Amino acid sequence: MNTLPGSADVVVIGAGIAGNSVAHHLAQAGWRNIVLLDKGPLPDPGGSTGHASNFIFPVDHSKEITAITVDSMHQYEKLGTMTTSGGIEIARSEARAEELKRRMASATAWGIHSELISPAKVAELVPFLDSSIVKLGFWTPSVAVVDPLQSGALMREQAQALGALTVSANTEVTGIDTQRGRVSKVRTDRGDIDTDTVVVACGVWSPRIAQMAGARIPLVPVVHQLIDVGPIPELEQTHSEIGYPIVRDMDPLMYERQSGADLEIGSYAHRAIMHEPDDIPSYEAAQLSPTQLPFTQEDFDPQMEDALELFPQILNTPGAGIRHSINGLLSLTPDGGPLLGETPEVKGLWSAASVWIKEGPGVGRLLAEWMTHGSTEIDLHSADIARFYPNQRTTTHVRARADEGFNKIYGIVHPNEQWESNRGQRLSPFHPREVELGATFFEVGGWERPHWYESNRPLLEEYADRISDRPHEWDARWWSPIINAEHLAMRERVAMIDLTAFAQFDVSGPGAVDYLQRMALAQVDKDVGKAIYTPILDYYGGFRSDLTIIRLGTDSFRIITGGADGARDKKWFTDHLPEDGSVAFADVTSAVCTIGLWGPRARDVLSAVTEDDVSSQAFPFGTAQHITVDGVPTLALKISYVGDLGWELHAPFEQGLRLWDALFEAGREHGVVPAGIGVYGTTGRLEKGYRLMGAELELEYNPVEAGLALPKVKSPDFIGKEPYLKAREHGPEATLCTLTMDDHTDSTGVRRYPQAHSPILTTTGDRIVDSKGRGAYVTSAGSAPTLGEYLLMGYLPAPYATEGTGLLVEYMGERYPVTVARAGRTPLFDPDDERMKA
Amino acid sequence: MRVLVCIKRVPAPGGKVLITEDGTDIDTRHLGFTIGPHEECAVEEAVQLVAEHGGHVTVLTAGPPEAEEQLRYALSMGANAGVLVEHGAHDPQATATALTETIRTLESEDGNFDLILFGNESADVGNYQVGIRVACALERPVVGGIKGIDVADESTHVLLHRENADGVEVYQAPLPAVAAVKEGLNLPRYPSIQGRLRAKKAPLRTVQPKTAPGGLRTVQLRQPPEKQHETVVLGYGADAADSVVDLLTEKGVV
Amino acid sequence: MLLVLVEDDSGAVSGGSQEALTLAHGLATDLNVPVHAAAFGTRGEFAATLGAYGVSTLHLLEGPFADAYSPECWGAALAELVRHIGAIGVIAAASEWGNEVLAHASARTGEAFASNCVTVDAGQQWSLTRVRGGGMLLEDAELAGAVKFVSLTPGAVEPAELPIPQQITTDSFVPESTDTLVHSTIVDRKSRGAGVALSTARVVVSGGRGVGSAEGFESLEELAELLGGAVGCSRVATNSGWRPHSDQVGLTGTKIAADLYIACGISGATQHWVGCMGAKSILAINTDPEAPLVTRADYAVIGDVHQVLPAILERARARKQVQGVA
Repeated sequence: MNTLPGSADVVVIGAGIAGNSVAHHLAQAGWRNIVLLDKGPLPDPGGSTGHASNFIFPVDHSKEITAITVDSMHQYEKLGTMTTSGGIEIARSEARAEELKRRMASATAWGIHSELISPAKVAELVPFLDSSIVKLGFWTPSVAVVDPLQSGALMREQAQALGALTVSANTEVTGIDTQRGRVSKVRTDRGDIDTDTVVVACGVWSPRIAQMAGARIPLVPVVHQLIDVGPIPELEQTHSEIGYPIVRDMDPLMYERQSGADLEIGSYAHRAIMHEPDDIPSYEAAQLSPTQLPFTQEDFDPQMEDALELFPQILNTPGAGIRHSINGLLSLTPDGGPLLGETPEVKGLWSAASVWIKEGPGVGRLLAEWMTHGSTEIDLHSADIARFYPNQRTTTHVRARADEGFNKIYGIVHPNEQWESNRGQRLSPFHPREVELGATFFEVGGWERPHWYESNRPLLEEYADRISDRPHEWDARWWSPIINAEHLAMRERVAMIDLTAFAQFDVSGPGAVDYLQRMALAQVDKDVGKAIYTPILDYYGGFRSDLTIIRLGTDSFRIITGGADGARDKKWFTDHLPEDGSVAFADVTSAVCTIGLWGPRARDVLSAVTEDDVSSQAFPFGTAQHITVDGVPTLALKISYVGDLGWELHAPFEQGLRLWDALFEAGREHGVVPAGIGVYGTTGRLEKGYRLMGAELELEYNPVEAGLALPKVKSPDFIGKEPYLKAREHGPEATLCTLTMDDHTDSTGVRRYPQAHSPILTTTGDRIVDSKGRGAYVTSAGSAPTLGEYLLMGYLPAPYATEGTGLLVEYMGERYPVTVARAGRTPLFDPDDERMKA
Repeated sequence: MRVLVCIKRVPAPGGKVLITEDGTDIDTRHLGFTIGPHEECAVEEAVQLVAEHGGHVTVLTAGPPEAEEQLRYALSMGANAGVLVEHGAHDPQATATALTETIRTLESEDGNFDLILFGNESADVGNYQVGIRVACALERPVVGGIKGIDVADESTHVLLHRENADGVEVYQAPLPAVAAVKEGLNLPRYPSIQGRLRAKKAPLRTVQPKTAPGGLRTVQLRQPPEKQHETVVLGYGADAADSVVDLLTEKGVV
Repeated sequence: MLLVLVEDDSGAVSGGSQEALTLAHGLATDLNVPVHAAAFGTRGEFAATLGAYGVSTLHLLEGPFADAYSPECWGAALAELVRHIGAIGVIAAASEWGNEVLAHASARTGEAFASNCVTVDAGQQWSLTRVRGGGMLLEDAELAGAVKFVSLTPGAVEPAELPIPQQITTDSFVPESTDTLVHSTIVDRKSRGAGVALSTARVVVSGGRGVGSAEGFESLEELAELLGGAVGCSRVATNSGWRPHSDQVGLTGTKIAADLYIACGISGATQHWVGCMGAKSILAINTDPEAPLVTRADYAVIGDVHQVLPAILERARARKQVQGVA
């Protein structure tokens, strides 16, 4: 009954909250000829939007998720589809009470009004709850319930009123054609549509639809169980859908909310029940809807007992029964984050998948912004679908991590917590040695990287007077004092660090210089053999990346970037390759292994195994040379992220073990130690004030604020130049500072070590917010063993960004005095960089 | 009084019914299972009767081991004991024999059931006969299509109400009796959480009677052919009112 | 021979029985056996009609038990007759009554019974197709046994009288087993009283999820009253407590046979469809043009019930008034 246009500027597939919102915001952004398809009927096409529990708790430990959620709440409110009820997360255990204090810190850091409340106050807010089992409450008055179906309908209406949108329900996509790697056509059972842009907003079906175009959307449909119990007179009397605050009973991983006369009980505690996107029933064959599957009672039984414990009064109401119970499907990704942005495999194929109700409208707005302007205001690096390497997009990986991650949805997840499933995906050639040395491995991008080595435990004794353990289990979790010992050994002698997880790209051809000039803030047209550290900006002048570019030849360069962001960087670089073929791009990550050799004895070790001249005259800082190490052709870079004399040594992958053994053997007499990423990524870099992408560096801050603006602006144009120039002219709204702890001791006399994302407050305990509305928080935190300090980094606006200023940091419910030790780029350790230039 | 309710595990209704590839059964991959609506009313009625007159409700099902789920559901509604007759076929004669044998065993141990309730017909196969076959075998009176049950305390008979096009017929049957009931008899309760938890722990009895196949054998299932036809859209929203009234006039109803 | 159980419809052979007779005649021709008929009580007046359908003998089951319906006695009586005359097949209309009596008789003879058949092929075994779930599924089955009991779904066979009526004899059969049988007895009858019965109403105005509330049914009631029809509803409306179960149209509710079925805000799950598919015409009012009932209806209005119904009421009243004046 509806007719499809033969062509469209964009086809949005899926009319759930994500698809409706994307279509709406594209229309707002000026797009026309938008087609929105769904294989189900409207207004509820049968996806997860139709059965979600629809409540929104704005506070998340993730800054970007909180920002998207807050943006969504503003939109729901504007649409008139939001009812504010308030919400309480409750703790039954001590561990959860600690977690609630951590959530309180996140609320403060991201600027959400919340309070920690007593059990008595909890009982006041939700009178029919048994507060005797409650230890602590985390109360957020702005928690709300929304109507996502109604919101979607209004969004469609507004886009249709602009004449921008054609909606076609009951239309099944049967294929997506591509031409030269770009989307060209969407095929449906009601006709084909020529288009070069497609948004996959199909929730649990997204992998199936993306597959039609040859892309992978790494998610798996998993079950979330919920039941409705009623009628309950206490609830009925409110004569409203929601009259009491929503309760998240965090310890048993469940929630309870009023839904009219019923209490809805949802659980994230059961086993991960996974489905295949291809096996989800059709709308016609489904009992309730395709994403409301038959309830599996035995999985829910323990939750009933937990619910009964908390709400004995109302759940035992005579006549109140289980009126509705479903196994609702939702999407789970390998790391639990959303999947947003253009797929790395297919140009013009965008993903708006794994989006919760709380994020839908915000995701729509950001994705439309991204599709229109090439960047977003809010940094989405942990939501970007391009963050996954191919090994992280396999079904095996997605299912393994979803299985493991399901119970983390309401879990207490340490910020450094490592995954247990599907490990050992990518191993450097040094891996066997590292295992022998007792390495504790952390994972990045599927790579196994030693974080510290048990073999270095004896160093603890050697440096006993300079190393303090962390007495609190939470602070010491996923950490070892051995890291600090390795650090000191490096500073005094020499250390070998496995850096094979770097992503490395070779860029060559007659257009290479111009291309890289356009990509990088720094001047790349330097002498052959120069190593160039440069910020990579987005169109708004925020940080897209920071990395090193080596000029290997007149027309050839090597790009070396961090393992965490390599997949996203690859997409950014390949997206901007000139179409004339003048630049060749090759990902050489899997061909190269890397050892960082740093410390005052580094030259002694290296010269023992190479005949090449590695003196400071022959091999100055900031340069690259091909040398031979024990017969292994090696690209040596005299640079350092830890601030000591030494080299990054890049060798052919298959010769890596030989390189390692040669250095290790030669290093023996110089006291070489293997050191882990704990040194490289935290202690070494923090002492040197080096910034980390995703922590200090992100889209919301510019190079001027990060202290990474260069003295001169190169003349060639580059992405982000215009805003960069403006930022230079305008000066920073906030300055990245390094702070020291004045006192670690909490109210019980225990030394605590505040971690990243802790809010930074004035001495009177007030939030510090800059003129752009950005709150101050700790971007990185860690030990500085050489300095004998514990360092924190964070952006502070002008009055506070002054050395010597006293402030407070909130951590786990307590506040600690701190002092601004550095405002700006100058490091606390070796401020003149003498050591690494030696 | 002692009441027995015979229930059946059937695919939950909702979507389009799909058939397995070999064509012999309903494809239940995407379906949950439930007690047929008639039988759910039977359980409710039994629980209410016992609440009023005192006594004991036993639920009995002939089906696969998974039918335990339906027995437990009935227990969570308030039934006191559950018996699973392991029996795979839909064959109405064999099913009736299996149930009859089991009932005889149960009655030989604890005495007769005053009332045995069935659904009027099963929600999936609908053979319209199992309850009657069991009643005949036990030589008890049985009436079908029942939408009302009255039992007086200490009474020797039961009053069974059944609807027809003209109104209601009231049958009187001497106890022990059998009734095949229909949805509408009552509004079945939703199980309480306490009921669920209680039912979860209740022991079930399993029996495996021997049966011989009957004379009705399913060969295959088919979808009925969908009639091809056009829907005439009379209009959109309130503007369609005139066309609708024209239609009503044409059909001679206004 | 084949035996057809004849159902009384206000003193005449019911339509369903005529269909059963037509089926029996065809099967009897294939098997080369005669067709007999059985009726309860003094129903000699059926003979002419039965002859026209090829029945050679009418057995009247008589005795005190036949004065009032008792499923146990009537079933036992039929079983006794079947054995007495040596019938090889027994056929009846698949009415509630027909199914019940055949179930009793088959149970007492120990034979198999296939209810709700739409086609039957006779042979050593009978191959048949029966409907499940009121028409949601078709089941092909084989029926074996010395006596085959079959009930025929109404409407499955077009009744056809023979060009030349069969000579028919009538005899009386007084069963013995009914005297001692433990059985139920009708002790009371309550007539429906005023109002139109859903199952026989000419017009049914029915509402579902789209009506939204019990109050929402007021306009449906007004329209039903205006059209002299009955109000029906979907399972959603019953389960939501908006309407009593007796209003429910569908598989487990009432199956209607109206001239016009007006479905307001009913999407039309299969379980509902089998209850209303007997209507001659269906008008669906729904916001979703793709709703199953809309695509299966003869007529549709795409729109919200709350806007469409008041407008229809207003126009229909106006039309009635004009007609009244004219």
